[in-house]
Amino acid sequence: MFEIPDDLRYMESHEWTSTDDVARVGITDFAQDELGDVVFVELPEEGDDITKNEEFGVVESIKAVSDLYAPISGTVVGVNEALFDQPELVNDDPYAEGWMLEVEPADEGEFDELLTAEEYREQTE
Amino acid sequence: MIYDQARYVENGQYEPLLSEKETTEVDVGGDDSPLPDDLTRDSVELPDLSEPELARHYTRLSQMNWSIDSGPYPLGSCTMKYNPKFTEAVAADPNGSVHPDRSDESIQGNLELLYGLQEYLAEIGGMDAVTLQPPAGAAGEFAGILVAKAYHEANGEDRNEVIIPASAHGTNFASAAMAGYDVVELPSAEDGRVDVEALEAAVGDDTAALMLTNPNTVGLFERDIEHIAETVHDAGGLLYYDGANLNALLGRARPGDMGFDIMHYNVHKTFATPHGGGGPGAGPVGVVDELAEYLPSPRVRERSSGSGYELFDPEQSVGKVHGFQGNWLVLVKAYAYIARLGDEGLLDASAKAVLNANYLGSQVEFDIPYGPYHHEFAATSGEKDAADVAKRMLDYGVHPPTTKWPEMVPEAMLTEPTEIESKKSLDDLAAAFNNAAADDEETLADAPTRTTARRIDQVSAARNPRLSWRALGDDE
Repeated sequence: MFEIPDDLRYMESHEWTSTDDVARVGITDFAQDELGDVVFVELPEEGDDITKNEEFGVVESIKAVSDLYAPISGTVVGVNEALFDQPELVNDDPYAEGWMLEVEPADEGEFDELLTAEEYREQTE
Repeated sequence: MIYDQARYVENGQYEPLLSEKETTEVDVGGDDSPLPDDLTRDSVELPDLSEPELARHYTRLSQMNWSIDSGPYPLGSCTMKYNPKFTEAVAADPNGSVHPDRSDESIQGNLELLYGLQEYLAEIGGMDAVTLQPPAGAAGEFAGILVAKAYHEANGEDRNEVIIPASAHGTNFASAAMAGYDVVELPSAEDGRVDVEALEAAVGDDTAALMLTNPNTVGLFERDIEHIAETVHDAGGLLYYDGANLNALLGRARPGDMGFDIMHYNVHKTFATPHGGGGPGAGPVGVVDELAEYLPSPRVRERSSGSGYELFDPEQSVGKVHGFQGNWLVLVKAYAYIARLGDEGLLDASAKAVLNANYLGSQVEFDIPYGPYHHEFAATSGEKDAADVAKRMLDYGVHPPTTKWPEMVPEAMLTEPTEIESKKSLDDLAAAFNNAAADDEETLADAPTRTTARRIDQVSAARNPRLSWRALGDDE
């Protein structure tokens, strides 16, 4: 079974976001397992704006290169630079040390449009 | 056949590289050099080896490597063909090795050969004009798309999309994106060919070009090609032919006659020159008349006086995409190959390429979901992991096919034996497929066991690449 924390919100394309004032964004346990060993992560820079449902970066594994889609719109205020040297953190700890972005949400109402943990779990089963 | 690959190991390490062997500091003098001091040195560190030791070093490396000179190498779409040695001999002729800046007048023989190759390729592809400049297939694609872009711009057309089938070679997407186009991906129809309805819905005022290979990447001929060409042309777009699969058509059908406006030729695939990964390559581009003035420069033409040849820059050329006239020695090999085979030989090559793929396909026990196929087929390893099957095939003394691509076939094994293999080689290949098919999961997961190196650590290689000999000491 894949880990799907109850307090996060999810996209069908397997990104997660917290619902904090500064929201953390990453990819799910299911996604990292499907991808296999992650070898490279490309992320926006601090100060960049991201737009809900649009690409914000790229994750590359030995199997595939995949676009990352923004679960919410907002301004990037933090980037997990540890991933540039240790992309394996995405595999080892996708919800904590493997986080990708910290985003100041433009519209907190967008959280409600995302999948709940239960809805996401149904999708992955 | 019993197969074991050579393995030379010293102190737990494969045959050391030259930079890892014992070295000697050699005095090179240089006091009387006219160069500034910071550009010269007094000594240089060189490997301390005798000539036989050096010869053994390279022989050992080649024995630990796999090449088409050691056995079958049926990589689908990558087309590994044997490089006939006579073309090497022709390219090695010192008479052809002239400085590329010499005057046209003094290199008439070279220009005649380049002109001849332009003409051969134009005839083979059904194109009107050819440039030999691009240094590889993908570079040819990029140059071809730049030509399309220059054409549209010259006509005052602002078109920003290139349409590419999902099953196309990855380079197509990259070439279009590098040229600044938005890529529109076209789904495949159920039969594995272009989804014509989806194409009709996708073309429009934004369409700059459709990039297509025919037969496509699972070996299927695009039967609707005339309708496809008409659809793209009616919308004002151009049709680009990816020459990667030209082998199936050689001497029998021509992209130009199907309505294609631009194409590149992979001379390493179709005309048996070495692959670019091992040195310089070539990816000539052919176009219809209307696009000729945009081709990269220089090209070669007959002098207006009617005697001899000259280099010229097409009027609205997109410019240079490589130095001088392109990679001369590769072009010489391609010319020699075409000239030696002639019309009859080229026809025979495409016939045998298709016959060999179909014979091999008939002998392989894995399912082949799409057909009828031509010069290559995409088998599926079904429940088995295609990568494991591929590794196991190495143990049976053959190189495996291209695996896990195209994605329209699950666990794909894209196989192209080419025209070079005999029935005996094809039977050996089939046996390798079928033996691997019969092996249990554990054996597959453990393979290969008879090769010099076993499973390569792809993750470490990707995460901690060491791209220069200087980094060899940087052990983690």
